[in-house]
Amino acid sequence: MTVLTTPKTAVRLAAKGRPLREHLFRLALVASLVIALGFLALVLYSMISKGMGRFDARLWENMPSIRRPEAAGAQSAITGTMWLIGLTAVMALPTGILAAIYLEEYADRTRWYNRVIELNIQNLAAIPSIIYGILALGIIARVLGLGFGVLTGAIALSLLVLPIVIISAREAIRAVPPSIREGSLALGATQWQTIYRQVLPAAIPGIATGSILALSRAIGEAAPLIVLGAATFVPFNPESLFDRFSALPVQIYFWITQSREEFHLLAAAAIVILLALLLLMNSAAILLRNRYQKRY
Amino acid sequence: MERSSRAATAPGLRLGRSRPRYGEAIVKVVLLVAALVSIATTIGIVASLVSPTIEFFAEVGIVEFVTGTSWGPGFRPPTYGVLPLVTSTVVITLIAVLVAVPLGLLAAIYLSEYASRRVRKVIKPTLEVLAGIPTVVLGFFALTVVTPFLREWTPFDVSFKNGLSAGIVVGIMIIPLVASLAEDAMSAVPYGLREGAYALGSSRMVTSLRVVFPAALSGIIAGVILAVSRAFGETMIVVVAAGSNPSLTANPLQEMVTFASYIAQAASGDIPVGSTVYKAVFAVGSLLFVTTFALNYISARIVRRFREVYE
Repeated sequence: MTVLTTPKTAVRLAAKGRPLREHLFRLALVASLVIALGFLALVLYSMISKGMGRFDARLWENMPSIRRPEAAGAQSAITGTMWLIGLTAVMALPTGILAAIYLEEYADRTRWYNRVIELNIQNLAAIPSIIYGILALGIIARVLGLGFGVLTGAIALSLLVLPIVIISAREAIRAVPPSIREGSLALGATQWQTIYRQVLPAAIPGIATGSILALSRAIGEAAPLIVLGAATFVPFNPESLFDRFSALPVQIYFWITQSREEFHLLAAAAIVILLALLLLMNSAAILLRNRYQKRY
Repeated sequence: MERSSRAATAPGLRLGRSRPRYGEAIVKVVLLVAALVSIATTIGIVASLVSPTIEFFAEVGIVEFVTGTSWGPGFRPPTYGVLPLVTSTVVITLIAVLVAVPLGLLAAIYLSEYASRRVRKVIKPTLEVLAGIPTVVLGFFALTVVTPFLREWTPFDVSFKNGLSAGIVVGIMIIPLVASLAEDAMSAVPYGLREGAYALGSSRMVTSLRVVFPAALSGIIAGVILAVSRAFGETMIVVVAAGSNPSLTANPLQEMVTFASYIAQAASGDIPVGSTVYKAVFAVGSLLFVTTFALNYISARIVRRFREVYE
């Protein structure tokens, strides 16, 4: 589809004379955007100004402590988050990308089961995250018997971000023009060879962008882990898949619920770490998108 | 894109081949299995909810659950009337919608109709950053910035934990969602319509409000419903900022407990497996799941049924 743009002169003519309400309307539009972005700035500013005073090496060198906030750190939460993200990446990304390939390249849309899969993914993307906690609690931890370790937490987060991975990977795959597939098929490549050697390499930047955004969603998610009981006092790093664990957002929640102000400062300092991590991932995603996304 | 030109990779097309390729078939099965994980997830969610919910209603009774006006599983005797949770959830969602819909839609009109490509390229990722802030952080923001502000600067008697502050911040959280879905819908309106409006002498404001906005309305409504469903199920902001004492009230200046925040609270405490309280968590979970499922379904249906197809 070629994008047509309205000729500049037409717009200029339309705005000619500009009665007052045109200006006011434009002002309202800009103001609403400024308010939204102002809130973003306010959130960042308030967290940083509150947390910077406590942002030091104790935070990543020490374990959480209930009695001594001045000695408390978030090491077990940081390692817990690393475990969760590593496991989530290993589970959710391959599954999501493979599912996206199926839906884009193989699925016959006239079949009911393919439509069901598609609708189902759309719906899962909009299910509250806490429901995934209930799934993990009721089925994964108890019925499947995986317990309340870091693996169960990671499975819950993987299922939570899976729809995001699938939807963004599908978009990236769809953006690869059909002519590339046709060229490959015409040269005698099989369908999988075409996908693996032509479509996927061309779609990688888009898939990577979506994957990073999905993982950054998983990093900040607290609700499903709380249902799994991760908000308890965990002063050790997980060493196996079945060890109990903490995670940054959960540790932050734990500190917020404490009544002493020192713990609130700790929470703000841990929030600074979390936000820094997320901003880093977001910028990486945006950079990838802007640099490598080809326009065909 | 034209569907027909993509048919080269569509199934059913049999190109002549010299030998069977089992690898290709295996690949297809592996891919299908990956796609079926999502179906398994839904089945798992339903399975985890159904049996504790049925057991809960066997113990408590559906009439008490639906009509009871007090929610206190920890009381003696325990009460299981869900109405306080319903009113709180609805009130907080309503506040969030009141904040997010005007701001989100106006921002969307700006991005779609007014902003230059350059401005859009900066603002859209920034809004994404706002959408990406963990909700536990926003909850802390509500508790430590918004609530003190409300207590200081409004004449109302705002309690330390309250539904208003939580609702406002949930609204802030869904602004990017409303804005980006509405912008997608408006950007999809073909340029011909705008050009027609300009040719008839419409100003930019009139074109945006009377031509583009109505043409994109179905997509916008679907987006708003999706945002409502998101606000409905938001957990961390509410659990941090709105308190833990449910009462049957529509007054957002008091403590409020929503479906999601009750689940988080109850599950983070020590509740014995198999007790009525434990099952109550799942019963509330079922209610949350069914409601958001219905909202998502309605949203998807609106998109499908009322989408204006141009071309």
